[in-house]
Amino acid sequence: MAQIRVENLRKSFDQFTAVQDSNFTVENGSFFALLGPSGCGKTTTLRMIAGLELPTDGRILLDGEDVTFRRAAARDIAFVFQLFALYPHMNVAQNIGFPLKCQGMPRDEIRDRITETARLLRIEHLLSSATSKLSGGDRQRVALGRAMVRRPKAFLMDEPLGALDAEFRQLMCGELRELHDRISATTVYVTHDQHEAMSMADRIAVMNAGRVEQIGTPQEVYDRPASMFVADFIGSPPMNFLQFESGLRSGDQAVKFRDVSIVVPEIREERAVGPLVLGVRPEHIRFSDAAPVRGRVFGAEYLGTTQIVTVETEQGRVKARLPSSVPVQVGEIVGLSFRSDRLALFDAESGSAIRTASHGGAGHG
Amino acid sequence: MANVALRHISKSFGQTHAVRDLSLVINDGEFVVLLGPSGAGKTTTLRLITGLEHPDQGSITINGRDVTRDAPGTRDIAFVFQQYSLYPHLTVYDNLAFPLRSPAHRIPEPAIRKRVERTAELLHISGKLGNRATRLSGGEMQRVAIGRALVRDPAIYLMDEPLSSLDAKLRAELRLELKRIQVELGSTILYVTHDQVEAMTMASRIGVIKDGELLQLGTPREIYENPGDRYVASRLGTPQINFLPAKFIPEAAMPSGTDTIGIRTEHLQIAKANGRGIVGRVHRVEHLGDQNHVHIEYRGQMLVTLADPHQPLQAGQDVELRLLHPLYFDAVGRRIPATVH
Repeated sequence: MAQIRVENLRKSFDQFTAVQDSNFTVENGSFFALLGPSGCGKTTTLRMIAGLELPTDGRILLDGEDVTFRRAAARDIAFVFQLFALYPHMNVAQNIGFPLKCQGMPRDEIRDRITETARLLRIEHLLSSATSKLSGGDRQRVALGRAMVRRPKAFLMDEPLGALDAEFRQLMCGELRELHDRISATTVYVTHDQHEAMSMADRIAVMNAGRVEQIGTPQEVYDRPASMFVADFIGSPPMNFLQFESGLRSGDQAVKFRDVSIVVPEIREERAVGPLVLGVRPEHIRFSDAAPVRGRVFGAEYLGTTQIVTVETEQGRVKARLPSSVPVQVGEIVGLSFRSDRLALFDAESGSAIRTASHGGAGHG
Repeated sequence: MANVALRHISKSFGQTHAVRDLSLVINDGEFVVLLGPSGAGKTTTLRLITGLEHPDQGSITINGRDVTRDAPGTRDIAFVFQQYSLYPHLTVYDNLAFPLRSPAHRIPEPAIRKRVERTAELLHISGKLGNRATRLSGGEMQRVAIGRALVRDPAIYLMDEPLSSLDAKLRAELRLELKRIQVELGSTILYVTHDQVEAMTMASRIGVIKDGELLQLGTPREIYENPGDRYVASRLGTPQINFLPAKFIPEAAMPSGTDTIGIRTEHLQIAKANGRGIVGRVHRVEHLGDQNHVHIEYRGQMLVTLADPHQPLQAGQDVELRLLHPLYFDAVGRRIPATVH
């Protein structure tokens, strides 16, 4: 297994820059997710690591060795596309063993490797089955087995669960992560689904318009988003943004939000008066009659344990996640109180986070 | 608007029993959601109400009038399909006006204009009336498709997974809009879906359907808190409810006949293990931002509970499990009411 390092990676297609100045390191044995909307450059980045695309600029190092311009086949990396592509005329064992057969490996050795792979994937009982008889989940396990059997240095996966329905996807997420824990293979996983990235990855790189906006553990990226883009992309429902105008002084413990003062984590930078955004996660909002920010309940969505209540305020719609035991009437006027230590502040123009006691500034690293 | 009643409806296709002895009353102004997996008989039920299929047994009444044998066109029903099929060569206005211009209705053009404009306003697409239908985003197209049903003011709207082809953000937005419109107009809707979130968030009442049978009918809260059997209990709630064989639980106060215990994730509490009680081992901690899902192994069973994202928990750690509000099920999966203490 290996460490993957990406240095100042850039890729242009004519006038269009798909990836600009990406830097990140995927540590040996870790599960790294590239997360972003379609067109953000995540798949292009993955294809450059695989050797399927050549970068315009920058370097890719595999275990310290520069492989930037090495052919894909010589990189010892397994690329897993949509997991469903199996050879229909071969049984499970033949499908898994195929890459080794192509390499000309002796039969006995192939058999041992197939057995070992099947054991890791817990599909030993399926080895002689025809692939057409398999359930969706088993087909994916077989496709994964075909990638694993070569014992590559790293796995690259491009939205492998994209085609599945929500419940099954959740199940496969758990399974992929457990498999990762068993074999500790360095994995780079591309997805647009925040839930997949959050639930599986050790670290996430959030990409937007060809740039890496933030890199961090799932909890860091969620708790301390480096930009409004990240705050909006991660979380369901996403973070609420409340616009206001104010200046900031380092050491301030509160901001002047319109006419009221709102306690926030201690400010760590100076700013002239300008447009700002207060970021509030839905689960950090409570109803409180005394709270100065007020609005009218637009709708309540019951979800069992919790409910999502949408409130129309002067600053737009705000979504709060409340226990479902809280009685809510559509149309009623409510006050919204925020959990001070979890609030985020952003520059409304650049969208980047403002440094506070809980928000250490730039999240790159 | 009206109420619609299905009485002991059955429908088979060859050997397949698509709908079995299904009875359901949808009251005036109610939003009823049929929730079930594909193949459960949801769409067949809708098609029976429209008259696109005829039941083998049972009757269908709309406002007390038996329509079981009536032609589809005479039933006063509007249908919204999963795939928004708009007329691509028409403007949004003409798409919305189309159902009203049917020769069967003979509605004067000024009245049509009024209805179309009111509907567009309701759906927040007033600014798009002059656009070609193909020059809209996915969410706008689905609004127009819903609007084409809304202009008609029928006895009941039947909707077949109308939001399932949209992306997650848009779906969340339209869920809220559809509910608002339904409340505002006091419309009667029968909506089918396999998405539990749609059912929970929009329905006045949910009917859980499986293998053509209506298993339980009730408000989202009733279905969630008081499921009648194991299947219904497992159908609502993410992550799914935990099930444990009763023999693994040293609980004295269990009602007799209990085979399985169901514990919702939020009712499975964990505490520091002190050697007593039920002790499980943390298998995996899944980070979801607002909360963690903690996967715990207990006697070979995998259980899931929710935890604060900042609670320090690690794989391999032993924890004591506390079961609050357990639901008891017998050997065939029927719910056994808890004995009153």
